[in-house]
Amino acid sequence: MHIIIYGIINSITLSLVSLGFTLVYSISRVPNFAHGALYILSGYLVWLFINKFAGFPYPFAIIAAIGLTAVVGALIYRFILIRIRGMEISEIIATYAIGLAILEGLRWGGLRGGTFTLPTFMAGSVNLFDVSVDYQRLIIVGVGILTFVSLYVFTRYTKIGLALRGIAQDERAAMMLGINSDMTAIVSLAIGSALSGFAAVLLLPLGNIVVETGYNVLIFAIAVCVIGGLGSWGGTIVASFVIGFAQILTEAFISTHYQMVVALLAIIVTLLVKPSGIFGKQKELEERV
Amino acid sequence: MEMMRKERIDRGLKVRTEGLYAISSYREILYLMGPRLLLIVGVMALPFIFELAPYWKRVINIMFVYALLALSFDFLANYVGLVCLGGAFLTGVGGYFSAIYNVYLSFPTYLAIPCATITGAAFCTLCLIPCLPLRGVYFAIVTLMYPLLFTRIIEALDILGGTNGITGVDGFANQYVEHYIIILVVIGFLFGMRRFVNQDIGLVLRGVKDNDQSVRASGIDVTRMKILAVFVASLIGCFGGAYMAHLYMWAGISLFALDFSIIPIASVVIGGGGTLVGALIGSFILVPLSEILRAFGTFRIVIYCIILTGFIVFKSEGLMIFMQRKYHQFERWVKV
Repeated sequence: MHIIIYGIINSITLSLVSLGFTLVYSISRVPNFAHGALYILSGYLVWLFINKFAGFPYPFAIIAAIGLTAVVGALIYRFILIRIRGMEISEIIATYAIGLAILEGLRWGGLRGGTFTLPTFMAGSVNLFDVSVDYQRLIIVGVGILTFVSLYVFTRYTKIGLALRGIAQDERAAMMLGINSDMTAIVSLAIGSALSGFAAVLLLPLGNIVVETGYNVLIFAIAVCVIGGLGSWGGTIVASFVIGFAQILTEAFISTHYQMVVALLAIIVTLLVKPSGIFGKQKELEERV
Repeated sequence: MEMMRKERIDRGLKVRTEGLYAISSYREILYLMGPRLLLIVGVMALPFIFELAPYWKRVINIMFVYALLALSFDFLANYVGLVCLGGAFLTGVGGYFSAIYNVYLSFPTYLAIPCATITGAAFCTLCLIPCLPLRGVYFAIVTLMYPLLFTRIIEALDILGGTNGITGVDGFANQYVEHYIIILVVIGFLFGMRRFVNQDIGLVLRGVKDNDQSVRASGIDVTRMKILAVFVASLIGCFGGAYMAHLYMWAGISLFALDFSIIPIASVVIGGGGTLVGALIGSFILVPLSEILRAFGTFRIVIYCIILTGFIVFKSEGLMIFMQRKYHQFERWVKV
C-alpha cells in the first residue's frame, strides 16, 4: 500500500515537473533546457517575496512569482530564441546556457545551503490505508490532476489553445490560417515557464530550495519526455507513472542512491527498444534516420 | 537616398595561391604558410614565454586540454551533426581508465595514456551507440546525462575510490614533458582532423549531417559512420582526460565536472564552428579569462553563458571565420 500511494504521488510530481518541458517542445519545437532554472527561479522568487518584502501574503507571492517566471520565459523567446529558431544546435546551446546562467547566478547571489524553505500550504498529515501522508502531498496530487484536466480543456476549447495545437500539428497550414507562429511560440514558452514555476511552488515546500534541484528537475523532465515520446502529452503522463513507480520500487527494495540511475537507464532502454517513445508515433518518420 | 551595400572580393593573392602559382614566389608561399606557422610556433613557444610565471604555466596545460575537448565537440557538431553536451564524460572515462591502468595494473605512464585513450574511446562509443540511430535532441540529452550518471554510480557503489578518487597516479618526468606532450598532441590532432574531414570519409560525414537519407540511399550505413565519428571524437576527449589524470596525479569524480562540458562548447561558438582552429582559439581566450575571473566563484559560469549566448545570437559565425574573411577578402562600399 505504501508503494502504491507514494508511487502515485511521485508520478504526479514527475509529470507536473515535466509538463512544461513537453508543452514547449510540442508546440514550438524548442527544447527548453532552461526549464530547471526557471523552476528554481520561481521558487526563489516566492521566497524573496515572502521574506524580503514583509507582509506579502503567501498566495499573492505565489501568483506574482509564477507570473514573473512566465514573463522571463516569454522574454527568453522574444529576444534570444526568436533569432535562432530552427537551428537545433544553437537552440540547445542557447537555452542550456541561459539555464546555467540563471542557476549559477542564483548560487553566486547567495542561494546556498539549506536556509531557503517555503512554508507548506497545510501542516499535518492524515492516514490513508494505514500509510501516513501529509496534506501537502495530497494537495499536490489534487492540484496536479486539476492541472491536467484544465490544460486539456484549455487546449481543446479555447481559441489560444486551439491555435497552439494548430501550430504544433502543422506550422505552415496554421500560418496560412492566420495564426502567428512567433506569437504562439511566445505564449507556449510563457505557459511552459509558468507551469514549471507552478510545479516549483507546489513541490518546493517539501524540501529546500537548492541549485542542484534545478539540474535534477531538468534531467527528470527530459527523462519523462524522452520515454513518453518527445512532445506527446499523453505519453508524458504515462511515462511519469512508469518512472515514478520504478523509482519508488528501487527506493523500497534497493537504495535511494539509484533513483537517478533508474531514470537514466530508462532513457537508454527506451531509446534502444522504441526510439520514438511510448506515444511518439507520428514523429517516427522525421525523428528517425 | 543613395543605397550602398558592402561588396566582398577575394584578394588577388588568395586567388593566385589556389593553383600551382602558390609556389611561384615567397610571397605566395608565405601567404599560405604564414598563419599555420604562426600558430605552430606560437603554441610551441608558450611554455618559454611564461617561463617566469609558474602559475600560468599550469594554466597552459589545462588550456590545451580544453582545446582538445573543443576540437572533439567541433568535429562532432559541425561535421557529423551530433551535439555532444558531455565533454565531461570523455574526460572522466579517459582519466579513470588511465588511473586504473597505472595504479591497479601498474602500467608505466607512457603506456597507460595511449591504452586509456583507446579503451576509453571504445567504452564511450559503446555507451553512446544506443542513441546514434536517432536524430535531433536525443544525442544531446543522453550525452548531457552520462557524466551525471557515472558520478552517481561511482558515489553509490563506492567503487574506484568512491568520492576520494584514485590517488597515487604517476606524474610526468618534468615540466617540459608535461607541456610538450599535450602541445604536440593538440597540433597533431588539429592538423590530422583537418586532413580527415577533407578526405572522402569527411565528405560522407558531412553528408550524414546535412542529409542522412541521401547517404543511406548511396548504400552507406549511416549508423556505422556515426559510430566511427564518435570513436574519433572520443579518442580526442579521452586523451585529454588521461593526460589530466597524470597531470594531477589523481583521478576523481571532478573529472566529470560540468566545466569540461561547458567551456569547450563556449570555445567553439566563440572561435567559430566548423573551422577546427577556431576551437583552439576560443579556448585560448576563454580559459585564461576564467582564471582571471576565478575570484568571482560561480559567477564566471554566468559570464561564460552570457558571452556564449551573445555570440550565438549576434555573431554566430565566430571569430575564426571572421578573421579568415578579412584575410582572404577585401571589402568596399558600392552603389546598389
